Amino acid sequence: MADLSSSFAGITSPNPFWLASAPPTNSAYQVNKAFEYGWGGAVWKTIGAPVLNACNRYGGFEHGGHKLVAINNVELISDRPLDANLREITEVKALWPDRAVIVSAMVESSPEAWRDIVRRIEDTGADGIELNYGCPHGMSERGMGSAVGQVPEYCTMITGWVAEAASIPVIVKLTPNVTDIVPPARAALAGGADAVSLINTINSIVGVDLDTFEIRPNVGGKGGHGGFAGPAVRPIALHMLSAVASDPTFAEGGLPISGIGGVQTWRDAAEFLLLGASNVQVCTAVMHYGFRIIEDLVDGLSNWLDAKGASAVRDIVGVSVPRISPFGDFDLSFKSVARIDETSCIQCNLCYVACDEGAHQCIDLTVDGARIDPATLADGVTPQPKVREGDCVGCDLCSLVCPVDGCITMVSVATDRPKVTWNDLVRDRSEVTTDWDAMLAYREENGIDIH
Amino acid sequence: MPETELTLEQLRDRFSETYPPYTAHEAAVEAGRCLYCFDAPCIRACPTGIDVPTFIRKIQTGNVLGAATTILESNLMGHSCGRVCPVDELCVGACVLGAEHRPIAIGRLQRYATDAFYQGGHTPFEAPPDSGKRVAVVGAGPAGLSCAGELARLGIRATVLEKEEHPGGLSTYGIVVLREPIRVSLEEVELVRRLGVDVQTGVRVGEDVTADELLASYDAVFLAAGTGSVPDLDIPGEDLTGVTEALSFIAATKLAEKDGLERLLDLPVGERVVVIGAGNTAIDAATVARRLGAQTVTIAYRRGDSEMPAYDFEVAFVRNEGVDFRLLAQPVEVLGEGGKVTGLRCVRMELGEPGDDGRRRVTPVPDSEFVLPCDQVIKAIGQSKLEPLFRAFRVDTERGYVKVDARLQTSNPKVFAGGDCVRLTGHALTVTAAQDGKIAAASIAAALGVPVGEGELPRGVSRSGAGRAGTHHSGAFAPPRSAPHAAAKGVGDG
Repeated sequence: MADLSSSFAGITSPNPFWLASAPPTNSAYQVNKAFEYGWGGAVWKTIGAPVLNACNRYGGFEHGGHKLVAINNVELISDRPLDANLREITEVKALWPDRAVIVSAMVESSPEAWRDIVRRIEDTGADGIELNYGCPHGMSERGMGSAVGQVPEYCTMITGWVAEAASIPVIVKLTPNVTDIVPPARAALAGGADAVSLINTINSIVGVDLDTFEIRPNVGGKGGHGGFAGPAVRPIALHMLSAVASDPTFAEGGLPISGIGGVQTWRDAAEFLLLGASNVQVCTAVMHYGFRIIEDLVDGLSNWLDAKGASAVRDIVGVSVPRISPFGDFDLSFKSVARIDETSCIQCNLCYVACDEGAHQCIDLTVDGARIDPATLADGVTPQPKVREGDCVGCDLCSLVCPVDGCITMVSVATDRPKVTWNDLVRDRSEVTTDWDAMLAYREENGIDIH
Repeated sequence: MPETELTLEQLRDRFSETYPPYTAHEAAVEAGRCLYCFDAPCIRACPTGIDVPTFIRKIQTGNVLGAATTILESNLMGHSCGRVCPVDELCVGACVLGAEHRPIAIGRLQRYATDAFYQGGHTPFEAPPDSGKRVAVVGAGPAGLSCAGELARLGIRATVLEKEEHPGGLSTYGIVVLREPIRVSLEEVELVRRLGVDVQTGVRVGEDVTADELLASYDAVFLAAGTGSVPDLDIPGEDLTGVTEALSFIAATKLAEKDGLERLLDLPVGERVVVIGAGNTAIDAATVARRLGAQTVTIAYRRGDSEMPAYDFEVAFVRNEGVDFRLLAQPVEVLGEGGKVTGLRCVRMELGEPGDDGRRRVTPVPDSEFVLPCDQVIKAIGQSKLEPLFRAFRVDTERGYVKVDARLQTSNPKVFAGGDCVRLTGHALTVTAAQDGKIAAASIAAALGVPVGEGELPRGVSRSGAGRAGTHHSGAFAPPRSAPHAAAKGVGDG
């Protein structure tokens, strides 16, 4: 059985699953319960400046009858008194020496305020500090949260204050509400952080009530942007993770990354690990289903690691990062076409309409092998979709809309063309990349016929 | 007497719809499973050609009113059909997800949409200008109402004449409340009225108004009179107290739902009941008898298992209710004592070669008589034909049914006919009756010179009167294509 234990910036935990700083880590009651269920660590809900919350705080994003594909919130940092939080953190850490207890903090942007909070956090016996530079609502208007995370210079400066004062590891939590997440990550590195975590929530308005015209979540008739989290944000988080993980400057610093953003299952976690996260943090899935999901997170990840022959979590961290590539380095001679397995096809014809109207017109409806016009189809005749492989551009849309597992597969087909990338063309045949006639001549010369 | 008197709560429990309505979330989840097939087979499997994927998608987007309008555009009786259609034989049977054994619950979703629609009291279609043409419709069952409503959508005013106290035909009187509450068919009638149709009840054509009077004062007549009363068994003892017929038995439960469930307690139900016949009316009657407290209910049927006109799911349902079957049993005498039923004497039958209708013939086994002890006999042996009525309209008949062509025109060019009174072969379904009404309305409009735009033609009806692409719908007679065995099964019993 694979070793699931984790050491993140020197902070150890029995597994790589931490609860993210959020409502599930608001109290000793909750964190104790989570640890009883088996969570490896918890980042305490952000403590710091005094706040007063509003309600309603959450808005749900539903799709296709599935509740909470994402959640939007306008909840602030902990609204419990600082002393109460610090006392409970001390108790929890004393009870659970083998678990990671991290304290998220956010105070006004002064060296004194940060030094004070660092001292008080260290007094609890906590294993690390996470700097909340990501909260996009409520706190940012007060010059905290994402107001810091969005300005790399502030990020470096404040991280510097904390790193200087702290003897325990400092994790900087990055906001996704930037055009490029790499500069803030480099700024954290420059400020002396021991690790980064990403992503925090994404600015969003989750919806408008079509009966009342109110914004969701509705706060007494008003609403505004909040933080978006949950399964729907995962692809964005994976992109930002891969951008930081594959940045050479950041990589030189050797800081570990804690992956956050819509992790609901062990499969999601495995994707974060493959793209360079050393552990993951979970929030929305717990808000939806409770702490009990840890059982499958651990069990599923363990079984998958075993199936892949990995002896420990660290074996798979970052394994897919080298595959992240700019478009200019893609092999343009790689060719794939769609193939429909007619024995499992249920003739829903979704591939046909997707290809015909939404893509490149390479699938026909056929009866006894002959192409037919669906408008003149006789009753009682069920047509069979067929790919014209010679025309198929390999876009993959048909297999994405196909409801039957394994019915449409994309198969790679050999071409006699040598590997060539766009960057190769820019370097060796620059006229092809700037002039349409040259491009058409190049295609002719290489036998590239685009249907 | 049956078990101790049922409480009102028990009655409500036993005589309300079998399936609860979907919640909004249940509907959204089920609708979300629909693949929204291109050129979907469910559309083709629906006799009225409802655009099933479109209405399901509208449910999913929260456009429930639009979903109901899509249904009603193709089938004005969609409120009933969502409940009573044998969907496994039709749309659900054709669903491509049947391949993985989880087809979409199309009937439940249809019911969800039409329930919401009727709760809102909407009128889905704008009436075009009055063409000045007038049509009389005989019978306010699904075929008559569908035809009258479709005529209204073409600017032709129809007057529907119904002999019973309430309109709706078998939907109102003949389908057990577990499958269709009476309010459903009455709501459908109200919609047809809102479209501008004059529905008159308690009018007997042939008595209160003659066929000739109708032929003289209307531009066309649509005969949708269904069938007549249950015929006699023609066996001794039939007049004993305790012999009743199934339709009035079922009708009593329907009306009780409307007038007060406690009325059901006045319905005489035996302790040991025998139902004669194995069509869906027999199934419904047997169910009602059981639920009203009969200790044993036995369905006696003179043919074999595979000849039963009831659908398999109906047979399974009633077996689950605790009803027994006595197949190959031909009643020969109702036995009595002191004027009351004490048993049913039957003779055992033997299966032979298939007859003209594809069903195997039966012949009595000599010296095989036996007695089913009982104190009530319920007859569900099909209905008689209304031949005197048809003669009054001077239309040709075949084996008691009105003869029509593919456009549902009779031998009298002014008279069209549809529904159960023309259903010589195939299952007599609400949905086929509704489709007959549509076809007849288009044919009548064409005959009266009222322009029908191709876009305004009912779905599944082309200008030539033939079905889609002209390949099927030999009038209303084509059995549902996805129900290959349907053609082999006759109407009622036989």
